[in-house]
Amino acid sequence: MEAVEVQGSEMGSGNNVMCLLTDPEGEPLGSSLYLPQNVGPPQLQEIVNKLLNNEERLPYAFYISDQELVGQLGTYLQKNKVSVEKVLRIVYQPQAIFRIRPVNRCSATIAGHTEAVLSVAFSPDSRSLASGSGDTTVRLWDLNTQTPLFTCSGHKNWVLSIAWSPDGKYLVSGSKAGELIVWDPQSGRQFGNPLTGHKKWITGISWEPVHLQAPCRRFVSSSKDGDARVWDVSLRKCVMCLTGHTLAVTCVKWGGDGMIYTSSQDCTIKVWETTQGKLIRELKGHGHWVNSLALSTEYTLRTGPYDHTGKTYSSPEEMKAAALARYNKMKGNAPERLVSGSDDFTMILWEPSVSKHPKARLTGHQQLVNHVYFSPDGQWLASASFDKSVKLWNGITGKFVVSFRGHVGPVYQISWSADSRLLLSGSKDSTLKVWDIRTHKLKQDLPGHADEVFAVDWSPDGEKVASGGKDRVLKLWMN
Amino acid sequence: MPQGDHIDLHRKRHGYRLDHFERKRKKEAREVHKRSAFAQKALGIKGKMFAKKRYSEKALMKKTLAMHEESSTRRKVDDQVHDGAIPAYLLDRDTTTRAKVLSNTIKQKRKEKAGKWEVPLPKVRPVAEDEMFRVIRSGKRKSKQWKRMVTKVTFVGPGFTRKPPKYERFIRPMGLRFTKAHVTHPELKCTFNLEIIGIKKNPNGPMYTSLGVVTKGTIIEVNVSELGLVTPAGKVVWGKYAQVTNNPENDGCINAVLLV
Repeated sequence: MEAVEVQGSEMGSGNNVMCLLTDPEGEPLGSSLYLPQNVGPPQLQEIVNKLLNNEERLPYAFYISDQELVGQLGTYLQKNKVSVEKVLRIVYQPQAIFRIRPVNRCSATIAGHTEAVLSVAFSPDSRSLASGSGDTTVRLWDLNTQTPLFTCSGHKNWVLSIAWSPDGKYLVSGSKAGELIVWDPQSGRQFGNPLTGHKKWITGISWEPVHLQAPCRRFVSSSKDGDARVWDVSLRKCVMCLTGHTLAVTCVKWGGDGMIYTSSQDCTIKVWETTQGKLIRELKGHGHWVNSLALSTEYTLRTGPYDHTGKTYSSPEEMKAAALARYNKMKGNAPERLVSGSDDFTMILWEPSVSKHPKARLTGHQQLVNHVYFSPDGQWLASASFDKSVKLWNGITGKFVVSFRGHVGPVYQISWSADSRLLLSGSKDSTLKVWDIRTHKLKQDLPGHADEVFAVDWSPDGEKVASGGKDRVLKLWMN
Repeated sequence: MPQGDHIDLHRKRHGYRLDHFERKRKKEAREVHKRSAFAQKALGIKGKMFAKKRYSEKALMKKTLAMHEESSTRRKVDDQVHDGAIPAYLLDRDTTTRAKVLSNTIKQKRKEKAGKWEVPLPKVRPVAEDEMFRVIRSGKRKSKQWKRMVTKVTFVGPGFTRKPPKYERFIRPMGLRFTKAHVTHPELKCTFNLEIIGIKKNPNGPMYTSLGVVTKGTIIEVNVSELGLVTPAGKVVWGKYAQVTNNPENDGCINAVLLV
């Protein structure tokens, strides 16, 4: 409070404006203050840091009615003709303390796969990269030399999805024949026999978050046959079978509160409990297939204990504690949010732990929504659609922010940089594009693929981007 | 003339004749012999008609038998690895759009050195001027002969306005104007109905090119934007050349092969 008073007395009276600083959820920070009109983001940042008693200064961005404040308060007031009589609500949003540089060149084009690359994934510690392909192999790549490391063959059909365990010890891949194989990323060998049980192809895999159980043991897979199955890596068998959907399950996510979310082509989303596999909730609202799910904490769950500092952990307990701390910090005191993208061209924002009714319905796309993704800090929400656009939404309220246009084909996949400042999209038009969230502009156009881009991933440390597509090569992009 | 269902009525009242089922069985058993006797005896059109009917009956029977056979045998699961892998999110999508995919991997080799292409039809029959044009006699006494009507298919751009009749030397009949062509992609072996953008070259001469005359061997430019071709830089390709392979004036449509 002192800082404010000091500033207020310096500027004198007259052109002051009553402001109220609030966090993204709408909780006010302190009482409303008189701020002089020549205050800009740097001064506001100082005030917020002081009021929150932060030991080190953290960067913040400021928003007034969903518009970012870039200049001084006075210029904003004049431009938008806001009355100085009213209390001005300024929302502060913490920014990542690190900054990730946008990728702008292709550092390597690695051939190896003999069919289209269907999925790529960086390990949570960003040290290794895996890709699954239509030639029935999973390949692990050496990121330092940018060469193939291991070729893991064992599947009988296309490898549709792969997922790293959050502690990086296992890699699971699911194929079109319905079997799952657990791989050891250190040696490229397979752990035990393929896990069979699904009758049709695998559509998604999600691991149990490391803060709930360390070391990682369980993961859930969804399949076209309408089931989701929970598997145990150490027992090498199916622990639970989550049946209930009448049509194919399209996406599965294991939430941070120990719940499993499944979306299906029967237009519903089901929430399951993970000890006995009971159905807790059924979220209805979509009018067509539900294609994709995203959790506000998904990025944190995926990377587990690893953050931008590149720390390593020796014991599972340490890992669990670190992951839990990260998860709690990310989540704050708000409930976990879920967003679902659908074939009915809309998305719905849910708070499954609070209610079974939609929190917001996000409309605007003109074609089906293929992929949705929350930014790592949970403040933004991006959606990729077949209408050739990527749309950005407020991740808390679900309000529309901006539409990124530039692709000339359907956008298949998107990926966020770890600092939530950049967004990557891969499209059928054979390009990748990097979008700047702050300026709402195209930051970088990355042509190079000879055909459709099926899978993109931005490494959690932000150094690299991997993409794979129909032209059978894996491309690595750097800055 | 049927006089009502008196047999049914009788059956309802008194039941079947005691030997009804016996007679029925015997009649059915005799049927094959009767049929065969007829088949051997029938001559001419009757025989032909009978044979045809019998053939179709037998074919139907075999089909139903095969159908039941199939359902009783166990089918092998289709676990072959197919080409053209697609990710899980595209697996359930319509294949109609997939059939259209002009794979960009099929290299688009281009040889555009000063209008010299390797074309599917390297040589065409020259079309004489009096075949191409018909003389129109004009004037009050029909004595003037300076007007010509194009007797071939033409392409007229969308922004074309006719000149006043006094200055209009060439008439391009409305009935022979075309805006679309059936274009075949030679490597994909599929055909699309595409809009014509313009006439690039008519092999019979530059005058025909400028008039927009489409004959066999003409190079036309077509709008391929709906095929979804993209350049390496991620821009949509919208115009591509194609060569006409038929005689449009005879067929009433333009068929062409895409030059890739």
